Amino acid sequence: MPVFVFAEQRDGRLNKTALEALSQGRRVADSTGDRLIACLVGNDISGLAYEIDRYGADQVLLCQDEALSLYHTETYAAVLANIIEKERADLILLGNTSMGKDLAPRVAEKICAGLVSDCIAMELSGEEIRFLRPMYAGKVIAKVRVTTPVKMATLRPNNFSLEEKPGKAQVKAISCELPVPRTKVKEIEVQESGRPELTEAEIIVSGGRGLGKPEGFQLIEEAADALGAAVGASRAVVDAGWRSQQHQVGQTGKVVAPNLYVACGISGAIQHMAGMGTSKCIVAINKDGNANIMEVADLAIEGDLFEVLPEFLKQLQELRYRNP
Amino acid sequence: MNIVVCIKQTFDTEARITLTEEGHIDERSVLFIVNPYDEYAVEEALRLKEKEGGEVTVVTVGGEKAATALRHCLAMGADHAILVNDPKLKDADSHSYAVVLSKVLKSMDYDLILCGRESIDAATSQVPSRLAELLNLPQINVVSALHIEDGNAQARRDIEGGVEVIDAVLPAVISVQKGINEVRYPSMRLIMRAKKMPVRTLSLEDLSLTSEDVAPLTRIEEYLFPQPRQKGKVLSGEVPEVVSKLIQHLRDEVKVI
Repeated sequence: MPVFVFAEQRDGRLNKTALEALSQGRRVADSTGDRLIACLVGNDISGLAYEIDRYGADQVLLCQDEALSLYHTETYAAVLANIIEKERADLILLGNTSMGKDLAPRVAEKICAGLVSDCIAMELSGEEIRFLRPMYAGKVIAKVRVTTPVKMATLRPNNFSLEEKPGKAQVKAISCELPVPRTKVKEIEVQESGRPELTEAEIIVSGGRGLGKPEGFQLIEEAADALGAAVGASRAVVDAGWRSQQHQVGQTGKVVAPNLYVACGISGAIQHMAGMGTSKCIVAINKDGNANIMEVADLAIEGDLFEVLPEFLKQLQELRYRNP
Repeated sequence: MNIVVCIKQTFDTEARITLTEEGHIDERSVLFIVNPYDEYAVEEALRLKEKEGGEVTVVTVGGEKAATALRHCLAMGADHAILVNDPKLKDADSHSYAVVLSKVLKSMDYDLILCGRESIDAATSQVPSRLAELLNLPQINVVSALHIEDGNAQARRDIEGGVEVIDAVLPAVISVQKGINEVRYPSMRLIMRAKKMPVRTLSLEDLSLTSEDVAPLTRIEEYLFPQPRQKGKVLSGEVPEVVSKLIQHLRDEVKVI
């Protein structure tokens, strides 16, 4: 079966999760000897087809309309449902992003399809697919079968590897009748920190109660900026009002899986581990050698983070000075 | 303004997950709570009611014990509670829940439907959007601030690296995010009062639904446990030496600097 991927874009830019979904879509299509078809929805975005081509798409379905320049659930759902019906798509992958999480279930219900959310792996044998997804905050993994002919899944960000593969994508412009949405996006407020988005970041430096006071985050930010990292926070400090909810990593915050997670002054409550337990490398800096986080860290540094981090910044700078 | 809040009873966040001999999630000896995101939805509904008047109804789909979750919401200040309990919902998935909730809602008079942004157990975050589609209503998910005026909602929806400010015409389905409010603790007097309040229990038959109508579209075939992380190296001692080892590791092993 051909694999359809919703190539999410915002503001004329494809996000990393879209490229991961394309890469995974290509792998699935290769294993079944089928075609990868990207669905690109928006306005004035035809240039993105070239970028999609780098990830091995065989075809790009391009739906452009002024009414699609901003994401609205109802218009985008109409386009995607229309594509699925007209092109007889039976496997559709999206990113498990704020857009994907909003769009996929709306479309799935429209066409009465089974949807696997937050998928972390796919098992293929012949035409059969099983989807793996974490439940109970990652304490258990469910192996899921979709029983409807049309199967949909949203893929966890930062989980499926990126793989460039030159494509030969033909671009096919499509159009469909759009409903008048009953919601209206009045404004998009971008929080400019200059740092990467938590769920997409390669490196995250996170702070917890061990920072002592809100101002302690300055040191976390300095370390994050030196590494080009995103800044995360534990529930305790978000609840205390030191950081906004947007920064919380954990079961009631964001689930992240960076290459490197540096936990500073975080004890590692089960609810925090649920959000970062699949990071490739965990470094913990904590005064308390018995803290939970020290049991799961690849590198556990028992020490005062107010001594360790400044020394880390100093040595990192020296290293970069010697090896520019 | 009449508000319906869809809630779910979930495992406590600290609960350990084990399987029964048949390979299902073992629910015995687990502490149950109202899904934390749904509690924010109930709180938001109560605040709107206090401002605008009207009634708040909480609805859930679950077993007999889910009535406890509804009573917690009644103690918080909700006016009515509905439990849909039917053995035919044993294998229910997000679609099944949305079908049942939509059927309950179709017979009700409401201006707004509130939900939590996801449940902390299955965490599919599908029910609010599926429900909105079934009821042909607009939806706004992951809302961290909500303002209602003249039959319109203005919501702040959290997205990656920012916020979308969205207007919607009511009725609409809105799912809420942590941070939208601080949840009240009901007093002992209200808890006692809620114990005497009725919980209306409905079966699928009462809703004129068949097993076929609520048949799940996904099935869990097996549960697997993730490999526990191994304890790594512990570095302690003089700070400059420790940091030097850390930097070496990050450069040579993790290759991030």
